Amino acid sequence: MMFLHIAARSLFSRRASVLLTLFTLALSTALLLGIEQIRAQSKAGFFNTVTGTDLIVGARSGPVQLLLYSVFHVGSATSNIRWHSYAELRDDPRVAWTIPLSLGDSHRGYRVIGTDNGMFEHYRYGDGNRLQLAAGNQLNDLFSVVLGAEVARTLDYQPNDELIIAHGTGNTSFMQHDNMPFYVSGILKPTGTPLDRALLVTLEGLEAVHLGWRAGVPLPGAQATPEQARQRDLTPRQLTAALVGLNSRMQAFHLQRELNSKPSDPLTAVMPGVALQELWQVVRLAEKALLAVSAAALLIGVCGMLAVLLGSMQQRRHEIAVLRALGASPIRISALLLQETLLLTVLGLLLGLALLWGGIHLLQQPLLEQFGLHVGLTWPSTQQNRLVAIILGMGLCSGLIPAILAYRMALVNSLGQRH
Amino acid sequence: MSPLIEIRQLAFAWPDNLPVLQIEHLQLERGEHLFIQGASGSGKSTLLNVLGGVLTGFTGEVRVNGLSLAQLSARQRDRLRADCMGVLFQQFNLLPYLSLEANVSLPCVFSRQRRAAAITRSGSVAAEAKRLLQRLGLSPQQYGKRPVAQLSIGQQQRVAAARALIGSPLLLIADEPTSALDGHSRDLFMQLLMEELQQADITLLLVSHDPALARYFSRTLKLEGNT
Repeated sequence: MMFLHIAARSLFSRRASVLLTLFTLALSTALLLGIEQIRAQSKAGFFNTVTGTDLIVGARSGPVQLLLYSVFHVGSATSNIRWHSYAELRDDPRVAWTIPLSLGDSHRGYRVIGTDNGMFEHYRYGDGNRLQLAAGNQLNDLFSVVLGAEVARTLDYQPNDELIIAHGTGNTSFMQHDNMPFYVSGILKPTGTPLDRALLVTLEGLEAVHLGWRAGVPLPGAQATPEQARQRDLTPRQLTAALVGLNSRMQAFHLQRELNSKPSDPLTAVMPGVALQELWQVVRLAEKALLAVSAAALLIGVCGMLAVLLGSMQQRRHEIAVLRALGASPIRISALLLQETLLLTVLGLLLGLALLWGGIHLLQQPLLEQFGLHVGLTWPSTQQNRLVAIILGMGLCSGLIPAILAYRMALVNSLGQRH
Repeated sequence: MSPLIEIRQLAFAWPDNLPVLQIEHLQLERGEHLFIQGASGSGKSTLLNVLGGVLTGFTGEVRVNGLSLAQLSARQRDRLRADCMGVLFQQFNLLPYLSLEANVSLPCVFSRQRRAAAITRSGSVAAEAKRLLQRLGLSPQQYGKRPVAQLSIGQQQRVAAARALIGSPLLLIADEPTSALDGHSRDLFMQLLMEELQQADITLLLVSHDPALARYFSRTLKLEGNT
């Protein structure tokens, strides 16, 4: 008890360097735990991009490629599904719902996705969250468009604004579908999924803007006006992919195999969980690099503490001599120093946690809005607890060094000190 | 009652060296004050370190309070020092980050015996620390708030003396306690120290090169050493 008091007073007397050490430790703790949190939650976010979907169906390709273009809107499909294949799938008694996806157009760098209002009803992300509108309505007209949160924010669109979609997916597409402007019917709340960066339109709307196009180019003079388009049959001829929900999850394997081996139609069906897992393998390297960097930060923090502790050892020679003369055994003196390091580490850790939680509390909203990164204020995870234990262990180990030095100083056969 | 210190045929040498310390016979009774005078290198600090129980490897017999030091473990020697001895150095006796009172109270952290003695004497460790500081001319009202580093060396040595005296140890061993002091502070220090020792009936063993201190002592021993 009194010993703790001595350790605390001793630390307090060296408060400038001790505070710096504490701060270094706190920062590296917060960094390490924060990176772990971001890592874990972006991983969870990644796996939560699409939930509740049993199968993703597209034209024949690899599972990762299909996942990339249908869910993450990265890359493009090499071929499409014919509409009647989709209709067949939609009408299959085992299928509960389908969300059609038609990709290929863009608006100022953001993907335009042709779909239907089933998207709002059936698409799930995170813990079964539905898409929610921050403003306006779902798709309610041939030329209505619902904007992802980021699209609306960065391009500063409000409901009822007009916009023109471009053919193709480049940022600088020369072919604008400017004969048929769309108007913003609604804006989605942030989801932390790729949908934040997408524009949702109806399949028929997409079909309409491509009236009079053949093989990706407009035929001269064949363009229709919006009014004419409304009169035409706009049933799409093909689709890029479809998200499928089944009545019973048990049928997923069966249906997958059936679709993959359908002789009449070259289709690929993947289970999102499996494909996500496969894709994650690619991302893992970055995950590990992040952890390595933060581990290095912790190492630097602990080394900093050690440097400060060792730097003070010469000045403390005298303190050790006094304690020794008072009858303190060498073991007790080294215990005192160890206690000091432990006190520092624990304080640094607590400060680091406070810093982390404070930081998350402050940055939670901006992170979600700016980066679509969902970082929650959570109790430390098992992994984080393990990191905390490692930090404590490292503190204790580094405390052993000055403790051993003090022990050896205390063993010197003399009372007082010689100059 | 056995003498407090009894030394027979003591010799100490560092490995492969001539002995730095040789004492045929030395006996110190309870309450006695002994001045050991000697030039540097005469082995006087070695003697204190042997008596303090931090230096082993001597030959001969050294008994403190009836216990043979050669037969005690390191832990037991530390215990003996904590319980029975006050130690005074030349300087840097105090922990700069503790208050005067906390510095004086320190021995009671390490020894239950001295803690009990202090409480018997004044009711509490803090009260005894205050009393001793008062006795040595450093009233806590006047000096209590000052950091140790702001005291003069003479004042610091008096605080150190108060610390060595708290809890009435049997023996006070002092190594050149006045060598950092000027003549006036030295006399003041010795006067106050001797008064308090007399009153508490504490045995003193003081080593110094300064012959001027001899007048405070009834017994003086001159160490020649091997130089």
